[in-house]
Amino acid sequence: MSFLTVTFAALFYVATAIFLIGVVRKIVIFAKTPAPLKIPTTPAPTTKTGVVLRMFREVAFFESLFKSTKWTWLFGWVFHMALFAVLFRHLRYFMDPVPAIVEWVSPLIEYLAFAMIIGLLGLWARRLLVDRVRYISAPSDHLMLLLLLLIGISGASMTFVAHTDIIAVKEFFRGLLTFSWGSMPNLPADPFLIVHLALVALLLIIFPISKLLHAPGVFFSPTRNQVDNPREQRHIAPWAQKLEDRS
Amino acid sequence: MAKKPIEFEVPKLTEYTEVPAVTPDTMAHSSPYVSKVEFQEPLGYPGELVDGWQDKAIGAMGEMLGKYRSLQVFLDSCVKCGACTDKCHYYLGTSDPKNMPVARQDLLRKVYRRYFTFAGKYFPKLVGAVDLDKEVLDDWYSYFHQCSQCRRCSVFCPYGIDTAEISMAAREIMDRIGLGQKYCNEIINKVFKIGNNLGLPENALADTLEGLEEDVEDETGVAVKYPLDKKGADILLVTPSADFFAEPHVDGLIGYGKVFHEAGADWTLSSKASEAANFGMFIGSYENMRRISLRIREAALELGVKRIIFGECGHAWRVAYSFLNTLAGPFDFLDPKYPVPQHILEFTWGEIQKGTLNIDKSRNDDMVLTFHDSCNVARASRMGDEPGGQFTIPRNVIKAVCNNFVDMAPDTIHEKTFCCGGGGGLLTDDLMELRVKGAKPRMDALSTVIEDHGVTHMAAICAICKAQFTKVLPFYGMGMDMIQSVHGLVSNAIILTGQVDDDDEEDAEDAA
Ligand code: SF4
Ligand code: SF4
Repeated sequence: MSFLTVTFAALFYVATAIFLIGVVRKIVIFAKTPAPLKIPTTPAPTTKTGVVLRMFREVAFFESLFKSTKWTWLFGWVFHMALFAVLFRHLRYFMDPVPAIVEWVSPLIEYLAFAMIIGLLGLWARRLLVDRVRYISAPSDHLMLLLLLLIGISGASMTFVAHTDIIAVKEFFRGLLTFSWGSMPNLPADPFLIVHLALVALLLIIFPISKLLHAPGVFFSPTRNQVDNPREQRHIAPWAQKLEDRS
Repeated sequence: MAKKPIEFEVPKLTEYTEVPAVTPDTMAHSSPYVSKVEFQEPLGYPGELVDGWQDKAIGAMGEMLGKYRSLQVFLDSCVKCGACTDKCHYYLGTSDPKNMPVARQDLLRKVYRRYFTFAGKYFPKLVGAVDLDKEVLDDWYSYFHQCSQCRRCSVFCPYGIDTAEISMAAREIMDRIGLGQKYCNEIINKVFKIGNNLGLPENALADTLEGLEEDVEDETGVAVKYPLDKKGADILLVTPSADFFAEPHVDGLIGYGKVFHEAGADWTLSSKASEAANFGMFIGSYENMRRISLRIREAALELGVKRIIFGECGHAWRVAYSFLNTLAGPFDFLDPKYPVPQHILEFTWGEIQKGTLNIDKSRNDDMVLTFHDSCNVARASRMGDEPGGQFTIPRNVIKAVCNNFVDMAPDTIHEKTFCCGGGGGLLTDDLMELRVKGAKPRMDALSTVIEDHGVTHMAAICAICKAQFTKVLPFYGMGMDMIQSVHGLVSNAIILTGQVDDDDEEDAEDAA
C-alpha cells in the first residue's frame, strides 16, 4: 500500500471517530441539560404532533429564516438541500450493491453540485457585503465557507473536469468500512481527490467543535421543540424540584 | 448623586422603519445605575463586585450551562447567518451593532468559547474568543441592559435562538458576582418587604380602592365594589400595582371591576399578592422569580379562592401563563373547570360572548383605535384555546366595545410586534435615551396609521408598555394620553345595570 493510502486510511478512521464521539457527546449534553421553564416562541403548537410538524417545517423549509431574510433563506436553503442531495448521491461510493434509487436519481442530481456552490457563494457574498453580517463574522466563519466551497469545487471537478479512478476510490472506502485492509487498492494520487478527501476529513474533525453543531442543536432548541401547554401540564426540572423538597 | 441627564437626539420618524448602517459604540455610554448592598443581599447576591469576580463569573456560567438547556444549545448553535441582525428595535433605533441580537449574544458567547470550548481554548483568535476582563464586563453590564427580552429575534432565528435567554443568564451571572441593576433589584426588594413594586402598603391600597368605588359610584350611580382580601371570594385578581393609580392603567382596573360586577362574579384583590409583575424574570433568577410567585399561591390558599385571574400586564402574563404552574403549582386546590391562571381578557371575552355585558360601542366613538401587541403576551404566552388567541382575543374585545379599529403594518404586529422600548427591566429614567430610541420602530408604525387612517389612540395590555408610551410619546410629538388600557375602553362602553349617566339625567330634565 502506498504511503498516501495508509495516511488517508488512518486519517479517515481518526476523523470519523472524532466526529462520532464529539457529536454524540454533544447530543448527550444537550439532551441531559434540563429546560426548567416553558419557553416556546409563541404562537406555538399545543400538541406533540404540532411540534413535530413545526420542527419539520423548520428543518425542511427553514420556516423562520424565510420569515426573516429572503436572500439568506434562498442561498442557505439551496445550499443545504443541494448538499443533502449530493451526499445522497455519494452513497454509490460506499454501498455495494448500489441501491436502485441511488442509481436512478444520480444523473438527475449530478448538477446540484453547482447549486451547492452557488448557494455558498451567495452566503459568502452576504457575509462580505452586508455591513451587519460582516460585523458579526469571525475568521472562522469565513474559513468555514472557504472549506465547504473547496470541498464542493474539488468534488465537482472530479465529476465534470478530471475524472478519477472512482472504482479504486470506492474499493478503498469499502475496505475501510469493512475493515478488510488486505484487499484495499491504492488511492489514486489525483490532486482533486486528495484535496477533496483531506478537506472532508478536516470537516469531520471540526464538526463537533464548531458552529456546525447547529445541526443537532436545532432539534434541542426549547423555543422550537416545546409544546405550548403550561397551564394544562406542570413542567418541572429535577433541580427545581429539589428547591421544593427543601422548602 | 444623580447622573447628568444625557443629551440625545430623538430619531426622526419614517413611514417604514429603515435598517441603519452599523455605527459602533453609539450606545456604549448607556448603562443603568448599579444596585446597592441593601438591595443585593436580600435577593441572595453579594453586595458589591467581589474579589476574584472573573473566576466566580466563569463558575456561575458553568453552573448555569448545566441547568438551562436554552443557554447551552443557543451558545453552541448560532451560525452567524445574520438573520436576526435587523430585528431588534434597539439596533434599529440606535444603529449600535452591539444591539444586534447575535452581537449581543456574542458578548457572552466569546467568553463561553474561551473557557468552555476546545476551539476557544486553543484558537481564540480564529473563533473570536476572549478572556473575561473588566472591559468585557462593562460591555455586559451596558448591553445586557439594552435588551428588553422581547424575543423578537427568536421569531426569525432559524434555530429559535432567543437573546432574552442570554440576557437573563448574563444578568444572573452579574448579580452573582455582585454587579446588580438598581432598578430591578430595588423593586424586587419592595415586593418582598411590602408586597408590590410600588411599595404601596396595605392601608394605602385599601384607601385607593375605596376612592375608586366612590368615583365609579359618583359617575354611574352604581355601587361597583373593588374588594380587598375578601375571604371566600371565588376569584383572586392579581394585577400590576400600577393599575392602582397610574394613568391610563387605573381605567383598566375600573373596567375589570365593572366586568366582574356585571358578570355577577365574586372577586377580590389581595394585599399579599398586590402585584402581578415579577421582576425575577428580568434578572434571570429562577429562585427570586419563584419566591415572588409563591406569594400568589399563598394568597390564593389564605383567601380560599377558586380561580386566579391576571390583569393587564405583559411580562406578568408570561410568568403567569408559562411559568406559574411550574414555579408555584400544582394548583389542584382551585376549581379544575378553569385554566390556572386566566387572563382578564379571557374572562371579559367570555362574558361578551355570553352576552352578560350591556355595551354601547358609540361611547368610544371619539377615538380611532389601534392595538399594540405586547412582546411577552405575543411571543411568550397565549390566551384562549387556540395558538394565536393572544392576538385575536384582545382585538375581539376592542372591536366589541369600539366602532373604529385599525391595525398597524403587518410586520409590526402579532408575533412580529415591536417592543415599546421599556420592557425587560429597563423602565427607568437612567435609561431614557435607550427607551426613546428603542421606541422608534413602534412610533414609525403608529405615526403611519395616524397619517393614513386617522388613528387617535393606541390600546395596550401591559403596565410597562403603558408607562413607557406615556413617557415616550411626547418625545415624538404625540400626546401622552394617546395610550389606553383595553379595559379602559371596556369601561367606557359598559352600561352597568341601573347606571344613570350625567347626560341621561340632563336629557331627562330637558324632557320634563
Ligand atoms: S430579545 Fe428583543 S431586545 Fe433583546 S436582542 Fe432580541 S430583539 Fe433585541
Ligand atoms: S438568526 Fe440565529 S443563527 Fe442567525 S445570527 Fe442570529 S442568532 Fe445566530
